[in-house]
Amino acid sequence: MVETFYDVMRRQGITRRSFLKFCGLTAAAMGLSPAYAGKIAHAMETKPRIPVLWLHGLECTCCSESFIRSAHPLAKDVILSMISLDYDDTIMAAAGHQAEAIIEETIEKYDGNYILACEGNPGLEQEHTGGMSCIIAGKPFTEQLRHAAKHAKAIISWGSCASWGCVQAASPNPTGATPIHKVPDLGNAPIIKVPGCPPIAEVMTAVITYILTFEKLPSLDRQGRPKMFYSQRIHDKCYRRPHFDAGQFVEKWDDEAARKGYCLYKMGCKGPTTYNACSTIRWNGGLSFPIQAGHPCIGCSEDGFWDKGGFYNRLTSIHQFGVEENADEVGIAAATVVGGAVAVHAAVSALKRTQSKGDQE
Amino acid sequence: MSTSTKSHSEPAVYVYEAPVRIWHWINALAIIVLCITGYFIGSPPPTMPGEASDNFLMGYIRFAHFAAAYIFIIGFLGRIYWAFVGNSHARQIFFPPIFSGEFWDGVFHEAKWYLFIAKEPRKYTGHNPMAVIFMHIMLVWGTIFMIFTGLALYGEGAGYDSWQYTYFSGWIIPLFGQSQDVHTFHHLVMWVLILFIIMHVYVAIREDIMSRQSLVSTMISGWRTFKDKRDVDDGH
Repeated sequence: MVETFYDVMRRQGITRRSFLKFCGLTAAAMGLSPAYAGKIAHAMETKPRIPVLWLHGLECTCCSESFIRSAHPLAKDVILSMISLDYDDTIMAAAGHQAEAIIEETIEKYDGNYILACEGNPGLEQEHTGGMSCIIAGKPFTEQLRHAAKHAKAIISWGSCASWGCVQAASPNPTGATPIHKVPDLGNAPIIKVPGCPPIAEVMTAVITYILTFEKLPSLDRQGRPKMFYSQRIHDKCYRRPHFDAGQFVEKWDDEAARKGYCLYKMGCKGPTTYNACSTIRWNGGLSFPIQAGHPCIGCSEDGFWDKGGFYNRLTSIHQFGVEENADEVGIAAATVVGGAVAVHAAVSALKRTQSKGDQE
Repeated sequence: MSTSTKSHSEPAVYVYEAPVRIWHWINALAIIVLCITGYFIGSPPPTMPGEASDNFLMGYIRFAHFAAAYIFIIGFLGRIYWAFVGNSHARQIFFPPIFSGEFWDGVFHEAKWYLFIAKEPRKYTGHNPMAVIFMHIMLVWGTIFMIFTGLALYGEGAGYDSWQYTYFSGWIIPLFGQSQDVHTFHHLVMWVLILFIIMHVYVAIREDIMSRQSLVSTMISGWRTFKDKRDVDDGH
């Protein structure tokens, strides 16, 4: 019999009191009523651990880095023990053929019952050009992903790479990096996107805890993100929002307004267009988040955030016009041309009219 | 105006019924408020001094934008209703007769008139064909675009349970890619409407002076008057 989470935690020297605290905190983080703390505890005491295959494609491992720093001190231990992390080439002890054998073993043993956690994405361009990138155990990552995906219960797309494509998919995307949900021939497992570069550690752990506790996927929005963490914009819950409403903005770095902690809207903050939980859960155990540290949000959990112009520009650059312009520059140029044309046309009209009147008389 | 002495030489025609005229001016005012406040939402005015609790500038700007937006939306819905129940002129900007050769001939003649090739414009009771084209594309579709994207952006703030989110944000934001793209296009189409206003105001004044029918006064009184006795070209 596979150990339950509770067994694992007790074995790791975690007290029952700490365990119950974790259950309560997780319930709160997921926006559940206090009654659910007990249900979470019960689930952890009775349910076997979920096997997880954690694959790495084209990525920078920032998701793993975030995950292992899951802020609540207990969460780190709990989550890493809670799931049966059968394969994660970054942090596993096994290497080489031994490591690869584990994937096959898990797929056979838990066919249709394990979770495929995918960090990064495959470069599909190699399928067209024959170029090679992201080779794992002598095979392209795409093959490993497809094989594991077809037998999985669900797929978690960790981070912006797996969810949207992120930097490797930024224009011109030479490797054809493709987010998981757009990879063809991947089977029918449901995909949960947990975007962010990286996602918040507590969000990652809470998604897994939810699946474990309720034995179903969290409710997702139309873009496949868990509603509980991605239903509001950074701006909606930002502690600097009162300065926005008051019209108090940082105008340039290190000005008086920056020292006073005014709104970073004019410094290009993407908080108003970014769906994430940074302004509520924050980072590093609720210590801070980018805006609290005085830096505008760069919108890292949004699709294509690398291709929207400078991180420090409020208005998006529009590349389609050949040179980089924003909506106002395009608009003012068009208005100037049309306005000029109107003025000239009016002048010519007046001239013509005077002429024709002269002819009539 | 020397021509005005001749302008009542033919019976005037009642073209724009009251709802159309009221909508025109309310809509014009709403668009001006929307453009100014919208511009300031994208590029806010200089920072306000004092405590945050003493100021609510962006709050007021956004309120004005949203209030004007609802007037704009409800006005447009009313205008669509009037297109069904009003006179034939109320339908004109919604249904350009693009399969009519006569219509396109009218467009080309109007283009020639504006390029100073044609010696005189044709005489219309309603809009001239060129005006119908511009109003249909820039104003009607521009308005529809702004209403849909605007409600999608509003739904983001109103939240998941709001009807704005359910019926607009939920599908429009993924359609464009992400929220920021919706903002950018909403911003660009503001400039389309501004270009429309520049051309519309110029052309209305120019036509009022140089064409064969009244323009500006018609949108105030509803009555079209003519400057010569020849037949009109749009057969009404």
